[in-house]
This record gives sequence, structure tokens and C-alpha cells, in this order.
Amino acid sequence: MINKEMHLREDLFSAKGGSASGGDGPTMVPTRNGFGKGVVEAGRADVRVVVLSADLAESTRADAFQKEFPERFVEVGVAEQNMATVAAGMAAFGKIPFITSYATFSPGRNWEQIRTTAAINNMPVKVCGMHAGLLTGPDGATHQALEDIALMRAMPNMIVISPCDAEEGRRATLAAAKTGTPVYLRFGRDKTPVMTTPETPFEIGKAQVFWKSNNPKVAVFATGHLVHSALLAARELEGKGIGTAVVNVHTIKPLDKDLIVSLARETGSVVTVEEHQIAGGLGGAIAELLAQECPTPIEFVGVQDKFGQSGEPKELLEAYGLGVSHIIEAIKKALARRGI
Amino acid sequence: MTITDEEVRQIALHANDIRQTIVRMLAAAGSGHTAGPLGMSDIFAALYFHVLKHDPKNPSWPERDRLFLSNGHIAPVLYASMAHSGYFPVEECLTLRKFGSRLQGHPERHMLPGLESTSGPLGSGISQAAGYAYAARMDGRDFRVYVATSDGEHDEGNSWEGAMFASAKKLGNLTQVIDRNFIQIDGNTEDVMPLEPFGDKYRAFGWHVIDIDGHDIRQFIGACEEAKTVTDKPTLIHARTTPGKGIKSIENDYLWHGKPPSKAEEVVFLKELELAREELLK
Repeated sequence: MINKEMHLREDLFSAKGGSASGGDGPTMVPTRNGFGKGVVEAGRADVRVVVLSADLAESTRADAFQKEFPERFVEVGVAEQNMATVAAGMAAFGKIPFITSYATFSPGRNWEQIRTTAAINNMPVKVCGMHAGLLTGPDGATHQALEDIALMRAMPNMIVISPCDAEEGRRATLAAAKTGTPVYLRFGRDKTPVMTTPETPFEIGKAQVFWKSNNPKVAVFATGHLVHSALLAARELEGKGIGTAVVNVHTIKPLDKDLIVSLARETGSVVTVEEHQIAGGLGGAIAELLAQECPTPIEFVGVQDKFGQSGEPKELLEAYGLGVSHIIEAIKKALARRGI
Repeated sequence: MTITDEEVRQIALHANDIRQTIVRMLAAAGSGHTAGPLGMSDIFAALYFHVLKHDPKNPSWPERDRLFLSNGHIAPVLYASMAHSGYFPVEECLTLRKFGSRLQGHPERHMLPGLESTSGPLGSGISQAAGYAYAARMDGRDFRVYVATSDGEHDEGNSWEGAMFASAKKLGNLTQVIDRNFIQIDGNTEDVMPLEPFGDKYRAFGWHVIDIDGHDIRQFIGACEEAKTVTDKPTLIHARTTPGKGIKSIENDYLWHGKPPSKAEEVVFLKELELAREELLK
């Protein structure tokens, strides 16, 4: 059942409205909108916050900041490598730059610049990758970042956050402004259900148990909007007598090791869910952790070493094995591996 | 501001010290780049002993001018200039590239006070310096930002992105010094990937370009002064330099771009530099 301590929306499952993830959440908002809101609030709270745009101000939602703080908005043109390095210079001076583009270009194209000038330098550059995942839809594989978590997770000094909804995207953006370190923030293009509220606790590095059945047999660790799909799967399975725990792992680095290990221990099997390549993403991170701390059977729901393609978000999620039915299947498989 | 012959001679002597230290540190390290550091010694001596507003005893002095080194592989000339001007003991230069040293093979900002950036991967220094200059101007600060670059790294698109940005934002507080030595690892720049007409490219990009002989200390200092008077565009000091300058047998030889002197060559090179020093003292 839903964990009341998380202060999630009451109407999480009830309202109508098509969901990209197959659910029917009440309020459908792209996570990038949460960035747009959050970065304006961060700008109001701290004059050092600046936003850089590589010719995508509207679709990255950087335009909200541009409107309110034109003197702190820096347009660099279609030049992501320049954007990262200009930001590193601004950060060296004392600014807190948020760099905005699509995740395939930033941190895709400018990965080395981020590595050298933001991460090795340990500069508080906030890399905001929009249009991550298959939800980018009709634009096709070139614009659907499915490797960005792996790219950024392997980088020392970098914090990696993948918010589950727009509200959490807002909170994550605000929190990122305060770390004093480089941060990667991952956002999606299409509308997805809002699950959290301003009362939902949010702390970088602290995963959240959104759902816990009595006597759960499988721990489902999900990130991004697929947390909602995982909740739908959990609800359905509970009706069939299969208990689970669903955890929102918004921070992929640093991973909330204590929570993940203790739930793996408690349940005995694990499913990971992400809109990213299985290699190097959340699943990889959890597998690395559990292999050392608490070897546990794991099933991975994620993209299986393939590029995306054009299509509507919902049909892509189904085609690539990221639907609610796939999560249910993975949970059953995880149980079957233990003879349950 | 005029500069006297005696001041120029003193800077030339500092440049000679720097060259000798470069040869010693590279021979001790057993790896590293020789031609670029020797070629930029006159300019770095002028920067550290005349041009830059800085305080070696207080490397984080907020009012200091900032110098970004974009082509991090010429770190020996940066380290030697810093050491000779008082940032740290000259003998520490001999730890270059050794385990545990603050003098990393390519400069790392967090390792050594006085470094403004981490560099080595080429082509990102102009943008970093431009970002810094842009932020400083936002806050009404009046120090200058300098960035030393190489010609080879202008093969990188990021260099030109930075050049466009600095010009678009009219960064009059930014001065770039290009080490135009015409060599890179695989050969001469005009064979590997032609850059000419280099100065005209920058003029077309909206920069104020000053062409100088990179071993004429008086010309270089004059160009730095001129740059300060141009407030609506960034300045490029287009310095024609001789790679390996000061060691006749290796000058202009691209094979010396990326290798150090052997112990035997060190002795010969230092002797040649000592003779040059005696000439300066005459």
C-alpha cells in the first residue's frame, strides 16, 4: 500500500487522463516543467544562479528563467561544448550555472568538457539533460538519450539525479543549486503523472519507499517517471496476493546504499526499472552494490542494448519492454527464481 | 606605460631562468613536452614578472588578474614561471609528473594554489576564460582575464565556439595569447590541418588582433597594454614563436613537441642556456 509518510497525491491512481507510462495519473506534467519552475525559484533564492542555453530555451524550459532574469541568462548558440566550458569558467568565478540542452547533446556531446572543466575541477556546474529516454518520441533515436546516466555515473565528483515527476524535478533543481558540486539532472519531454507533493520529503541521496505491502517479497527500485508504472504494477500484484515494495531512487549517485541493501535483505529479490540502457544505469548501479553487500536475484527492466526509434511515447515504452506488464512479469520472474 | 631597456633585460633573464628550470624538470620527469614551454618562456616571463597583477604569496587574492592555460601540456613553463616568481620553491619543479606531486603532468586546479583551471584536453580554455570574464563583468569586477592557447588546439571546434562567444559578448576584459609556433604532434600545422590565415580568421570572428614576435618582450608588453584600451571586443595577441626557442639544435623541430631531453641532452642544453645568460649579463 502507499506509504503515507511520503505525502503522495491522494488521487495518484484515481483520476482520468492518458499516461505516457500506461498509468492514468491525475496530473500529467513533463518533468522538464519542474526544472523550469525550480530554476526560477533557485534564481530568486540565490543571485549566483545563472542559466545557459544552447538554442533550446523553450523546450528546455529555460525560458522561464530568461524571462525573469534576462541579465543572468546566457545564450551560447548551438554549441554544447562551449556551453559546458563557459559554465565552468563562470563557476570558477563564483556563479552557479545550470546548463540546458537535450541529454544526447549535453552530457552526450560535451562529456569530456564536463569531465575536465566541471568534474575534475569540481565546479558547481549543473548539467540539465532534457529529452532523456524514449519519451522524446517521434524525434527518434538520435534525440532519445538512453546512455546519459551511465556517462555521468562513472564520473567522480558528479551527483546524478533522475526525478520521478515534475514536482520532484522542481525540488531536485532547488537542491542541486545548493550542493556546491557538479550535478547531473535528468528530465523528460512528454507529460508524465505527478505523484509527489510539496510535502513529500526530498533529500539528495535518500531513496524513498513509495509503496510497501505487508510482508513484501520483491523490492522494486525504479527511477524517473517509471516509478508510477512500478506503483501500478505493485497495486495490481497486491490484489493477487503478491507483496512488493516500490522505491523511488531519484538519486542514482550517491546511491542510498543502506535503504537498498536493507530492502534487498528483507524481501530477498529485486527488480530495477528505468528508461535507460540496463548497462551502466540504475540497474547496473544496484547490481554492483548488491553483488558486494547482499547478493540477491535481480531482474532488470530497462532498454536492452538497443537504440530507440520514432514513435509515440506509449508505444515505444511497450515496444522496448518498459510497460506495466513488463514490470509485473519481471517481478514474477524474480519470485520464480527463488521458487516462490 | 613605457618600459626601460633594463626592465626588458631583467625579464629576459627571468626567461632564461625559466628555460633552465624547464630543461631540468623535464629531464628529471623523463617525459613531457619541451618545444612549447621553451617557446613560450619569454611571454610567460613577461606575464609573471611584469604584466599580471598578482601576488604569489596570496594566490587567491580576489583582485588578481586571471591567467588560464588552455594547452595544459606546456605546464612546465607555467610551473617554472610560478616558482621563479615566488609561488613555491623552484626545487619543487623537479617533482613534475611524479606520484604525489602538486605539479601534475597537466595542470590540475585543486592541486596547486595559483592555477585557475584544469587543462590538458585541448580547445576548452578560451571558453572557460570567456565564461570567467563574462561572470566577472556581470559583477562589475575590473581585473583582466588572460588565456594562453596553442595553434594546434585550434583544430578543435570548441576553440572557435569560444572565440565566437567572446566576440558576441564583447568581452573587452579578455586577452588571448596564441603560441603560433606552427607545430603540432603529427607535424607542421599547415600540413596537418592548415590554420592560415590565422590572424585574419580571428579578425573575421570579431576580435582585435595584434601581430607580434613572441620573443620580443617589449612588443608583447605593448600588446598587453593596447588590449586594455580595446573595451568592446576581446583581443588576440597573435604571437609568432619559435618552438624550442633557446636551444638551437631543436628549434622549429616538431619532433620535440612531445619529448623531454635525456640526461645527456640536459647537460648540453643547460650549457647553451648558461652562455645565453652570460650574454645577457654583459
